Amino acid sequence: MRTVLIIAGKEMRDGLRNRWIVGATLLLAGLAFALTFLGSAPAGAVAARPLAVTVVSLASLSIFLVPLIALLLSYDAVVGEVERGTMLLLLTYPLTRGQILFGKFLGHCGILAVAIVIGYGGAGTAAWLNGGADANGVRAFAWLLVSSALLGAVFVAIAYVVSILVRERSTAAGIAIGVWLTFVILYDLALLGALVAGGDRIAPGLFPYLLLANPADIYRLFNLSAFENVRTFSGMAGLSGTVHLAAPLLIGSLAAWSAVPLGVAALLFRRREL
Amino acid sequence: MSAAPALELQSVSKRYGAHCAVDDVSLSLPEGVCLALLGHNGAGKTTLMKLMLGLTRPSAGTVGIFGLDPLRAPLAFRRSIGFLPENVAFHDEMTGLEMLRFYARLKGEATRACDALMERVGLTHAGNRRIKTYSKGMRQRLGLAQAVLGNPRLLLLDEPTTGLDPVLRQEFFEIIQEMKGRGTAIVLSSHILTELEARTDRVAIMKEGRLAACGGLDELRRKAALPVRIRVATPGVPGDITQRLDGIDVTRINHQSVELECALPDKIAVLRTVLGLDVSDIDVQLPSLEDVYRHFGHAGEGGS
Repeated sequence: MRTVLIIAGKEMRDGLRNRWIVGATLLLAGLAFALTFLGSAPAGAVAARPLAVTVVSLASLSIFLVPLIALLLSYDAVVGEVERGTMLLLLTYPLTRGQILFGKFLGHCGILAVAIVIGYGGAGTAAWLNGGADANGVRAFAWLLVSSALLGAVFVAIAYVVSILVRERSTAAGIAIGVWLTFVILYDLALLGALVAGGDRIAPGLFPYLLLANPADIYRLFNLSAFENVRTFSGMAGLSGTVHLAAPLLIGSLAAWSAVPLGVAALLFRRREL
Repeated sequence: MSAAPALELQSVSKRYGAHCAVDDVSLSLPEGVCLALLGHNGAGKTTLMKLMLGLTRPSAGTVGIFGLDPLRAPLAFRRSIGFLPENVAFHDEMTGLEMLRFYARLKGEATRACDALMERVGLTHAGNRRIKTYSKGMRQRLGLAQAVLGNPRLLLLDEPTTGLDPVLRQEFFEIIQEMKGRGTAIVLSSHILTELEARTDRVAIMKEGRLAACGGLDELRRKAALPVRIRVATPGVPGDITQRLDGIDVTRINHQSVELECALPDKIAVLRTVLGLDVSDIDVQLPSLEDVYRHFGHAGEGGS
């Protein structure tokens, strides 16, 4: 475990040094503050809105942004070090490949968590101080932070699989963008298309599981429908009748979505020859 | 103290598809001995080092480091190995001292020792500078510093002296000598043959993945049966010598000196004869490591 923490600590420090943490935090904070305070600007007012509304808009934004940041942060985790030549030396040290990968995972997730907690948390606290929140809103917001970090972890793990499979950094970057497009945009388009075209032929019972097959959808479902007060703002109030997926199942699925790719990455990494 | 040698390869081969990078190599190295690994680019030196480190799996044969298989040995075993890769690379954004401390922590060594180590390789002044500002020689010295972290019992150095100026090279070999004195077994590959001549105990010459020759330099000289060159200066007429040394190759250089070539075992006999003549100077040149390398590294390619 000590070894894992040494690697994680190094990744975190790298994140500080190359401004990844600062950049991601500022980006998330800027957007969160804008959504919180300027969201009602078109209606002619600049004021904090109820926290529950912020949760809805932030969740919709995070679906695009968090996976993208996670993929960009970690697509070259393995292939980049192999290409630069630093991996060769590292592997002669007393640590396993699993420890390297897990350490990097902790470090990269740590960077994302810091950015999310500070960036979103700052805006949330400001909204709360302005009296825009009740206990339920705070709870929904706290879970937004947790689930956003989990969503990031999912895409960090997926990026590692890519990073281990390819031989060149640029290939990994290309595939990472492809992964982002697929999960964040294309999957939903395809699902929607299938629903429209297929109509009744798709068994209604199958639909929830099709959503579970995409971590971005799990995240959306969790944040927009798991909390009563959020549901009323997100237009998902009717959905709870058709899609019966409990919050613990959704969070558990997200966790599984990060654990399985990480395990696959560890297996692939062990077999890869340098 | 284990009786197993620091390094033992038994009929090790490594194939990448149809290409055979290392072909049936066997060698053994006791502790406290320095082995020079010579060969052209692509002769299999780096692959051989990767096999010794357990970074790649041999296609055939066994690798033993202190009697353990590097692929199966417990992790702690890697503490006793130091490695300096060819063209060593670091994380450029870190400072030299940070990088060394990171490696020290991974090896379970006290980070306090890093300052002393930086001084030993002459990098104290640059310790807090980012590695991206380092010259090739400075990176190489940082590479050596991480390799000797924790006083390893086996040191593998791949082209360690490229990019070092003569003074640095001298310091470099002093550190190596010191490690050797402590009983560390050392394998180093290099292109610069002259510098290795006085500093290695054994030489292994690789050619197209095979071990073309392996042994002490004297042993290899004998095996190669390369001639000794004796340059003789005479105040008299060179033709005189030519007549007296029947059966020996004589090349006339100028009107005052000639060069003789004789087999190693005949050296003393020839010198006696020459000394009996009217000579003003004698210069004896044993076959250098370069000659030996050329002999084994090229043999069978038409040249000799």
